[in-house]
Amino acid sequence: MTTTAPRPTTVGALRARVIKFAERVTTPLVPADYLDVIDPLRSSADLRGRIVAIHPETRDAVSVVIKPGRGWRGHTPGQYVRIGVDVDGVRQWRAYSLTSTTGQDTIAVTVKAIPDGKVSNHLVRRATVGTIVQLDQAAGEFTLGEQAPPKILFLTAGSGVTPVMGMLRNMTDTGSDVVVVHSAPTADDVIFGGELRLLARQGRIRLVEKHTDVDGMLDVSTLQHLVDDLADRQTWACGPAGMLDALESRWAAEGMADRLHTERFRPTIITAGDGGDVTFSKSGTVVEATGAETLLDAGEAAGVLMPSGCRMGVCFGCVVPLRQGAVRDLRTGDLTTAAPGDNVQIQTCVSAAAGPCDIDL
Amino acid sequence: MTTTQIDPNPTTAHLTAEDVENLGRELDAIREQIIASRGERDAAYIRKVIDGQRKLELGSRAVLLFSLFPPAWFVGTVGLSISKIVENMEIGHNVMHGQWDWMRDSKIHSTTWEWDNASPAEMWKHSHNEVHHTYTNVRGKDHDLGYGIMRVDENQKWVPFYLAQPLWNFINACVFEYGIAAYDLQIGKYLKGRTDKADFQARAKRVLAKIRKQAARDYLLHPLLSGPSALPTLTANLTANLVRNLWTHSVIMCGHFPEGVQTFEKHSIDGETRGEWYLRQMLGSANISGSRLLHFMSGNLSFQIEHHLFPDLPSNRYQEIAPKIQDVFQRYGLTYTTGSLPRQVGSAWKTVFKLSLPNDFTVTDLLRRRRRPAAAAVERPVLKAA
Repeated sequence: MTTTAPRPTTVGALRARVIKFAERVTTPLVPADYLDVIDPLRSSADLRGRIVAIHPETRDAVSVVIKPGRGWRGHTPGQYVRIGVDVDGVRQWRAYSLTSTTGQDTIAVTVKAIPDGKVSNHLVRRATVGTIVQLDQAAGEFTLGEQAPPKILFLTAGSGVTPVMGMLRNMTDTGSDVVVVHSAPTADDVIFGGELRLLARQGRIRLVEKHTDVDGMLDVSTLQHLVDDLADRQTWACGPAGMLDALESRWAAEGMADRLHTERFRPTIITAGDGGDVTFSKSGTVVEATGAETLLDAGEAAGVLMPSGCRMGVCFGCVVPLRQGAVRDLRTGDLTTAAPGDNVQIQTCVSAAAGPCDIDL
Repeated sequence: MTTTQIDPNPTTAHLTAEDVENLGRELDAIREQIIASRGERDAAYIRKVIDGQRKLELGSRAVLLFSLFPPAWFVGTVGLSISKIVENMEIGHNVMHGQWDWMRDSKIHSTTWEWDNASPAEMWKHSHNEVHHTYTNVRGKDHDLGYGIMRVDENQKWVPFYLAQPLWNFINACVFEYGIAAYDLQIGKYLKGRTDKADFQARAKRVLAKIRKQAARDYLLHPLLSGPSALPTLTANLTANLVRNLWTHSVIMCGHFPEGVQTFEKHSIDGETRGEWYLRQMLGSANISGSRLLHFMSGNLSFQIEHHLFPDLPSNRYQEIAPKIQDVFQRYGLTYTTGSLPRQVGSAWKTVFKLSLPNDFTVTDLLRRRRRPAAAAVERPVLKAA
């Protein structure tokens, strides 16, 4: 079928007819429901993938290699992918940075088990090869852009190294001058430690490893002692919110905010909303939500089928229309209001009720 | 009254209000235990059932492409009948109850599911989940009591129309999917002029559109695809739908019509507590005893009592909690109404025949009047929990 022709071509019309016919033959289901039984990874299916390998990286991190369905459109190094994993029978969506080289028929994400992390602990300790997972297309702006700049600083902490590794593995011939400053609790906790050290030995990067158990937390104010030409470099940083906040204020103060690119893994919760009754109008569910509870959590707890993704306000996988009412952004404290008919799109994973509100779900 | 809000009722007269609330707490605990233990095993179960049903349907319809050969007709028809029954009962009914919503899989969710039945999911969910399950066996509120075409409780007022109700019931059984659609559409209410015309017409349009699609699939497109086997495929599909109709009708009739099941007066539920609601579900439902296969093929509606107590628990867990529920019945001195399929179907049909006549005129009633004291106890065809 063509998307540019002003009217459908004969082939397009025929195809549309065949699809229509197939739908009538399979009603009340759709042909895809039966095709899923036969080939869940075919190109027209909802995007899924099969876990083909799981490689341990550290004692609490693994790389999960996934063969995506034929609908996968590829990714740019540094991007993340939303993955839907069934944990204890319940589908949970999370976003993970892609760490594999592009142009292969598999992709990889690297996951560190965080305390009480449902999905991360499942993927690190219990997931098995052969499992089908749900996928979304790759997304995210944390990339090097068209042309890698000549001088780069990657500044990472903990699992913040994952999107950077995705970029490093794909920068074999850019000739850029790359410095990697990475902070982790101990040398053993450095995800991709061996690979980073090897890259450093080969002279492809300069690696500055900091271990918080001996060196303490990475001090942003003395960063110039580690990297003397900070101002000359484009910096990509990923790690805990505290580190990123400190970086952003220093770069802003020195007037080089445009040379800093950050990727956040967790939302920073600043303000609580006021709470209120949340009505999910399509499902006819009403819940009383507190001002500290996200609409996503409140809806899920009430059994509403909530779309979700990173759960930290990054991926926009959870966006739904607010039909009316007021919600507060838990990161900024900003209030969003909607009058009937407005249908304001809101991110449920970082929004809390700020009075009664009506969600179109 | 010191007992409950339910009808002054000899079977519950021994329970104090406190007893009823304790009973409610015990049932809540059983429910909590299942909810806390729902997990991977259950998810794998429903996915396996859906996967198996779809393969069976594909296989059966493929075989029916060659239904000109009698063995193919037979195999395909049996397969398609089973597939349709499983699709309607163990899958459709239960998914639309929200029993699997906790998996957060948009493909197996009460808000997205549509079933192989004339009644659109949306309307069925309203009349079944919201009306029938809330007002179970409350006369004048639960229209499942005789579906508006029959009298299945002595307290329902007799009118001459009910004289032919064995016939109505048989016809309804044969065309059950259309019966359900008409029922969900509340045609009766409309004919009495108690629904908004425009609203009714809009809903009728949706039902007709679905019926058209369903009929086109089974009676036009699949026969056409079968080429020379068109006619046998048509009869095979007709047969499968008929088998599904008769089976589902029989199983569903066993849920609330057999003798021993109680009904409740309209105002008895005013201010009903959680415990009283549970009690009403316990007294208003009947089970079918039998093999695992019977439970599966009835969509676990053979555990009607457990289902009515906990309509949103996954169906594969009803069997597990049944002994605990029977224990509750026994300890609170209540009767767990159950029996084999033939016995319960027979009992339900007996009710239909008996109540086609007004209370005063039935022979059984005359007989019963003569030997009143013992009769009430003997009449109830129940197995008391062991």
